Order: sequence, then C-alpha cells, then structure tokens
Amino acid sequence: MKIAIASGKGGTGKTTLATGLAHLLSAHGQSTTYVDCDVEEPNGHIFLEPRIERSESVAIPVPVIDHELCTNCGRCCEICRFNALACLPEKVLVFPSLCHGCGGCTLVCPTGAITESPRAVGVVERGSAGDLGFIQGRLAVGEAMATPVIRAVKRAVPEEGMVILDAPPGTSCPVVETIRDVDWVVMVTEPTPFGLNDLKLAVGAVRKLGLTTSIVINRSDVGNSGVEDYCKEEGLDVILKIPHSRTVAEAYARGEMPVLTVPGYADMLETLADAVLSRMMEADKR
Amino acid sequence: MRIAVTSLGPDMTSDVDPRFGRARWFVIVDTETGESEAIDNQSGVGASSGAGVQAAARVAGLGVEYVLTGHCGPNAFRTLTEAGVEVITSVKGTVKDAVGKLKSGELSPADAADVNGHWS
Repeated sequence: MKIAIASGKGGTGKTTLATGLAHLLSAHGQSTTYVDCDVEEPNGHIFLEPRIERSESVAIPVPVIDHELCTNCGRCCEICRFNALACLPEKVLVFPSLCHGCGGCTLVCPTGAITESPRAVGVVERGSAGDLGFIQGRLAVGEAMATPVIRAVKRAVPEEGMVILDAPPGTSCPVVETIRDVDWVVMVTEPTPFGLNDLKLAVGAVRKLGLTTSIVINRSDVGNSGVEDYCKEEGLDVILKIPHSRTVAEAYARGEMPVLTVPGYADMLETLADAVLSRMMEADKR
Repeated sequence: MRIAVTSLGPDMTSDVDPRFGRARWFVIVDTETGESEAIDNQSGVGASSGAGVQAAARVAGLGVEYVLTGHCGPNAFRTLTEAGVEVITSVKGTVKDAVGKLKSGELSPADAADVNGHWS
C-alpha cells in the first residue's frame, strides 16, 4: 500500500509527519519503506539517519547532433516544448540543461542525425534505518529536472509492504509524478491564508488525478478557521489536527523525530497510523 | 543593417524592455530603408523554459545583425553569438534612441552574457 504525504504549501510538516508515520508503522511490525521524493531538498535522512547501502546514478538521454547528417529542417526544434534546441539559419544548437529527455527530437529527425547521450542529473540511494526501509532521490546541484529522478526513485520502491512517500511541495510535475499511482494522499496544511490557498490548488490536482485524500491540519490552533471551513464545504476528511507546540519545533530544529522525543506526539500520530492500517485491512479483504 | 530591439511596446517610441527572452515585443528596424516591424513575443513571455533560446533563434531567423536589449542570459547569448548576431546590453530609453545611439557609434557589443538565466 502506497501513501503519499503531500501539501500545497511548503513547510507545513510533511517530513515530520512522513518520518513519524513510517516509524510508527514499522514499530507496529509492518514492513515499511520511507521514500523521500522531495529530490530537490530531501531531508528525511536528517531525522531517520539511515545507513545507505546502494547508490545509483540517474541519467536522462539528451540529443547529440551529427552536423554531417543534419539538413537543418527544423523539426527537432518544432517538437521540443522546452526550447532545448535552437534551430539557427545554418545549424542546430543543443542546450542539455533545458532537455527533459523525452526523445521527441530523435523520433522526428528524418535523417537520423540525432543520437542520445546520457546526462547524469541525480542519484537514487537505498538503505535502512533499523527495520525501516529507506529510499531517497537527490537531484544534482544546479540541475532543474526533478521528475526523472523521482521516476527512478519510484522504480526502486518495493511492490510489497507499506510505502510512505514524502512528496515535494507544490502542485507541479514533481508532485504529480510522486502521487499519481498511490492508494491514498494525506495532505498536510496549516490554518493560514497561505496554507488555504495552496491546499486548494493541491486538492484540485489530487481530484484531477482521481485520488482519494484526507487532510491533516498542523499547528491547528494558530491562524484562522479558513482551512476548516473549506474542508467542510468541500466534504474533505480532516483526519488529524495537531496543535502548535514549541517543543516539537525545538525537537525538529535539533534533527530529532518528535515522535520519539516529544511526549504525547506519538499518540497523536497513532490516529493516522490506525487509519492507515484499517485502510490496508479493507484493501486486503477486497 | 537590420537591428532587433527588445521593447515594452510595438512602436519606435516604446521603451526598451530590459529582458531579452521574455521581452514583450521585438521591434525590428532596417536602418537602410528606415522601416520597422513589431514582432509580438507573447510566446516567449509565457514559455515554461528556454525563453531566451527561443527568442534568440527567432530573431536570428529574421536576419538581424544586432540585438539591443537591457540584459541577456547565457543561453540566449550563446545562441545569438553562434548565429553571428552581435548583442548589446544595458540599453535604455526608447527604441528610436537606442537605434540612434548604435548608428552614432555610442554602443559596443558585449563579449559575454551579463546576467544568469532567470534573472528577472
């Protein structure tokens, strides 16, 4: 069973919740893997302190033009949505850093002038933190193509057992790639105008993908009632409210998992763990 | 000589747009005939990536010798240079003023991009 911990807004507590939930499920004897899909800034490792056992490079295929064969027809530039190729009056230039590696240019080239060369954009690392499986993607510094790294991370995810995917913030391609095939999306938000604005966008994305979602309101006693009102209007299931706590923030700042060091925190997250386990049992019955 | 000037509007009296790839307009001026033509760059303004590359290939395809603009990033600079187009940055004022300054020899071509990509 795959569960994504997502949010519209950044900094709402995805990683705190994802690492905490993964830890609890593992402690309940569930075979669980924590997967950090926030490849631009993976930080789950700071809290879980995993031992990395394998590291694989992720590469995307970028075009290489054979200028002897190129007739300068311009079709490669027409098909490239990312402007990674420039068709000048006398030659074609390639900008590898803009290329998403879709292979479209290679397909449409009528003279076979384009071959593909791999360009490393990141790594997938696998390991374990005690009984908990650990996988993370890391986008190379200076690179912009997060999605191919996330795709590679997801290929490494085990078929069996419980999988907790820590999603990137936002609603763009990296988020879609992370959540597209999960069984349940748990959205973490905060009761502020920013939290609400980004929650609406994220709920829109999740609904478009036809996924089921539940909401966790973090720091639930700050801000205003906008998020709760919205959830009521939209019929969204608010599964957990976590009150603001300076102790939790301090633990986080020390790189600790609040679930381990802050009294009462684990009990709150148990609500979520129970919901996950009952969903899993339902799925098994079916 | 044909010149492309990045512009906030479609006229000779419009101000120079400081951006290249996402410039609102390109005003193409032919100094021999005195004619000018405005090219709408809405596709560049809204491009998800590679606006500089797209704009550079476009103006190079129009056969210009010079690009006058505020700033130019590395991808656009490389594309224009490979196409044999001279780039002049830090240009301010109206399109007409800019062309006048080039004609009177007040402007000299840049030898490198003056900003990183996505500067604005």
